[in-house]
Amino acid sequence: MEKRAIYNNKLLPYLLLTPQMIVVLVFFYWPASQAIYQSFLLEDAFGLRSDFIWFENFVELFQDPSYGNAFVVTAIFSTTVAALSLSSALLLAVMADRQIKGTGIYKTLLIWPYAVAPAIAGVLWLFMFQPSLGVVAQALRKLGIDWNPLLNGNHAMLLVVMAATWKQISYNFLFFLAGLQSIPRSVIEAAAIDGASSTRRFWTIIFPLLSPTAFFLLVVNVVYVFFDTFGIIDSVTGGGPAKATETLVYKVFFDGRLGGNLGGSAAQSVVMMVIVIGLTAVQFRYVERKVHY
Amino acid sequence: MVENRPLANFIAHAILWLGIAIVVFPVYLTFIASTHDATVIANGEMPLTPGPNFFKTYYQTLFVGTSGTVRTPVGMMMINSLIMALSIAVGKIAISIISSFAVVYFRFPLRMAFFWLIFITLMLPVEVRIYPTYAIVADLGLLDTYAGLSVPLIASATATLFFRQFFLTIPDELVEASKIDGAGPLRFFWDTVVPLSRTNMAALFVILFIYGWNQYLWPLLITTSGDMQTIVIGIKKMITTADALTEWQIVMATAMLAMLPPVTVIVLMQRWFVKGLVETEK
Repeated sequence: MEKRAIYNNKLLPYLLLTPQMIVVLVFFYWPASQAIYQSFLLEDAFGLRSDFIWFENFVELFQDPSYGNAFVVTAIFSTTVAALSLSSALLLAVMADRQIKGTGIYKTLLIWPYAVAPAIAGVLWLFMFQPSLGVVAQALRKLGIDWNPLLNGNHAMLLVVMAATWKQISYNFLFFLAGLQSIPRSVIEAAAIDGASSTRRFWTIIFPLLSPTAFFLLVVNVVYVFFDTFGIIDSVTGGGPAKATETLVYKVFFDGRLGGNLGGSAAQSVVMMVIVIGLTAVQFRYVERKVHY
Repeated sequence: MVENRPLANFIAHAILWLGIAIVVFPVYLTFIASTHDATVIANGEMPLTPGPNFFKTYYQTLFVGTSGTVRTPVGMMMINSLIMALSIAVGKIAISIISSFAVVYFRFPLRMAFFWLIFITLMLPVEVRIYPTYAIVADLGLLDTYAGLSVPLIASATATLFFRQFFLTIPDELVEASKIDGAGPLRFFWDTVVPLSRTNMAALFVILFIYGWNQYLWPLLITTSGDMQTIVIGIKKMITTADALTEWQIVMATAMLAMLPPVTVIVLMQRWFVKGLVETEK
């Protein structure tokens, strides 16, 4: 879509674009190209000289078992968070869409966790499940469960999954509710007149019409887990115990800062860029086409 | 409503209240913990009702800070977070609205090239280019400054695309009328486009304010001095690995204070928040 009526000034548009272009070039293109360049370099321990080593950083990366571990952790983490937060948000949205009294109040009471910083969400859950003083952890102990996320990798993973899900439900809920409210009532009424039960109406009409929303949310959730959960992991587990909760983003941070391996860290950044670009491309391709059954 | 089923409606209410209870419980517990003293929390027998220390703990948190690890008062951290969040929100809205105005209302060489240069930045969040960005900010001498905290996070295209979509819906007749009246592009921008964009700016402001306030990794890297810390990273530094030393009542009060501003913004500006969230994602 293009404007018919436009202005013909020669210099003005460039002036208007200048601030944004400066920011984007200095803080986006320059560092992104640096990351790609560094991923082909090997720096010595003192950072004095660096050699161009082609793809060795990448080869080394994919041979490193801890990188494979980070991939698996990220995959488990993102699928569980996406599955849990999408299904519970869908349940809540369907209930709130029943035009019962107080939908507005329910909405207000359910959306605010969106505003809570991931790191803060992590702290809240850490406190509840802190093995020696957490309220929930103590209840678990009384039930005879030896709960200890500081030592048990599965417990640690469960804890970050819960914190991440808690924060993401509000976002998914809003989009599902908007999606449900855009479905024409007449279609649902027609099905009801034909004698379809509410369960049947949900699976044969509402759910298929929601599929574009669901697919869009799936991609957004995966991207959320990839990047925004850094704060949760850093505040709850620090990637531990024994790297059981070390995701790809956490590893980039950890290797670059604490391990001092800039070339390897840059190579990881490049791999992540490729993944994100791939996900975005998938999203554009399918969401644009509006997946319907 | 298609059919009226009291039982189904009751179940719907029950499920929603259960959902709300699960969502609210961690925050309730945090509030309760912030009103008890350290020993009650540390021995693991904290009651589920408020304690007597509300004013004492919040006073200490806001103006004094913890006695151990992080001595910066949380009030100071909140001011830092506020400056950072406001600079990101206002800065991004300002530079984006003028650049989208240029892309939509002018024809000039390389217009689409500029548009794509901006568009591509959507794809890569700051996390994946974190160290090179850090190096550049360090070279520019911006570590431990408000500019260093906020400007690099302005470098993305969400707001530009958001305004572009909106400008494309403004009727062409308005431009033509304004031209006939003899107004130039800047006059048109200021007298017509900006007033029309008010709700969109409000929507974007809510989203960007929350985005800025909640930043974690970036401020963690570029702030070293205690005076420049934001509240979201300050809280993490209060939790020491040796659990006995963590002053949980202060950590919990800090968590409450860290949630307060963004949650208030969302609740009070809910309409714009929903609009902003739905439309920036398009």
